Amino acid sequence: MLEVVDLTVAYGPMEAVRRVSFQVEEGTIVTLIGPNGAGKTTILNTISGVIPARSGKIILHGRDITRMSAHKRVSAGVIQVPEGRQVLAGMTVRENLELGGYRRPYREVLRDVTRMEERFPILGERRNLAAGSLSGGEQQMLAIARGLMARPKLLLLDEPSLGLAPKMVQTVFSIIRHVHDEGLTILLVEQNAHLALATSSYAYVIESGRIVLDGQAGKLRSDPTVISSYMGQTV
Amino acid sequence: MDLLAQQLINGLFIGSVYGLFAVGYTLVFGVLDILNLAHAAVFTLGGLLALWLVETGGLSIWLAFPVSVLCCGILGLLLDRVAFVPLRQRADSNFSGLISSIAMAIIFESAALGLFGARTVRFPAHTVPVHIWRWGGISITSLQVEIVAISLLLMVALTQFLNRARAGKAIRAVAENDRTSRLLGIHVDGIIAFTFFISSALGGAAGILFGLYFDSLSPDMGRSIELKGLAVIILGGMGSIPGAILGGLAFGLSEVLTVAITGTSNLRDAVAFTVLFAVLILRPSGLLGRKKMREA
Repeated sequence: MLEVVDLTVAYGPMEAVRRVSFQVEEGTIVTLIGPNGAGKTTILNTISGVIPARSGKIILHGRDITRMSAHKRVSAGVIQVPEGRQVLAGMTVRENLELGGYRRPYREVLRDVTRMEERFPILGERRNLAAGSLSGGEQQMLAIARGLMARPKLLLLDEPSLGLAPKMVQTVFSIIRHVHDEGLTILLVEQNAHLALATSSYAYVIESGRIVLDGQAGKLRSDPTVISSYMGQTV
Repeated sequence: MDLLAQQLINGLFIGSVYGLFAVGYTLVFGVLDILNLAHAAVFTLGGLLALWLVETGGLSIWLAFPVSVLCCGILGLLLDRVAFVPLRQRADSNFSGLISSIAMAIIFESAALGLFGARTVRFPAHTVPVHIWRWGGISITSLQVEIVAISLLLMVALTQFLNRARAGKAIRAVAENDRTSRLLGIHVDGIIAFTFFISSALGGAAGILFGLYFDSLSPDMGRSIELKGLAVIILGGMGSIPGAILGGLAFGLSEVLTVAITGTSNLRDAVAFTVLFAVLILRPSGLLGRKKMREA
């Protein structure tokens, strides 16, 4: 579904991502793991089109989207749920959900908002509150629900567990598994490698802007380097 | 007593025009965090263009008004395209945008001078049929009522648009976070251009009403309202639409009350700006400003 070929991204003279290639098969969850600053978020932002690629290709469903503008990629089915949730704090929960479906016909959006409020009752209860007043976990739920409002084909999830209480992390990941079971393809960036590998089918390890290792998630979980580098605190 | 009441009413009229000028000003600031210093020049052009349409074009003011407002909206698109878009990717775009908007203001003012001349002009008599109502010592003209009604109507319409319409919500989303808005599929550059259109259209409308109210128009009429508009949006809270409306009315009232109390107009601006200082010290975010202090 998504193919990234030789992608290089630079901020000025500094290359944050160097000749990275990977793919995400339809219906799978693929994870990018690696230390902070390895370039994972940069990769997601380049796929979303908010950061330009210096060279390389991003191919979605066989179509080159490398130079496509960000809002058109949303129409093409690529949605990112960004790191730190980034709900529109001053707008209501309901407005956040509506804006999630910005590129779709309004009537369908209104119907889907109702559906989303049934699916996440807490969001329904708080529909008229400012999104910024929600707890961290509720904001993450809202961010995911808002992403789903676009009816994406590919969901890019950046650090969904960041800053959440352990119980909330479980809730968020059960939501992620659930939307995946419904057929959504997911590219996940997650610092909690243990959880990420348990959730995904394939994983790439990124360090200093390069892919240093990749394989079936189950295999990487027992790989000694991965265990010592990324799962030290959880194993 | 009648004098005070009369002044309060006058304050309401002029305050509504200040408010209308300021909502457009603050709208662009809210979205871009940039002060568009050409806003006052668009205000001037709006007034002069309407006058030209009435005087030379022979249109009724009820037709000249929307035509001129539409032209000002198009000027806003031009302003965005020429003064702001080329700088948008730059790290210092807030500062350079300020400078290039000053440049556009000078160009617009020169255009006004060249097209309409330097003299002070006025709408032909009977452009708007004026009816005067009197109660005791208080008099109100139908023109004043029309001005306040049109300003309030436009401000309420803008507020409703921002709160209810889809494009209005998109403007608020971009104002809050443009990166997130992009990720949601909002065409941010288009929304910014649209914001300039609305802002400049409202600025032009304020210019026409101002010219009708004071019965005088000149290429430098924007100068007097430029600083007042800035004071109004600081008073109301930068980026806040209800704040700009409230700030405009408060500013208009403080001006006329000063005149009423001191009996002279010498202190009018001094007192109005002293109120501004007091608000900045007591409530740095303005009357209805966001809690968070804005970064420069």
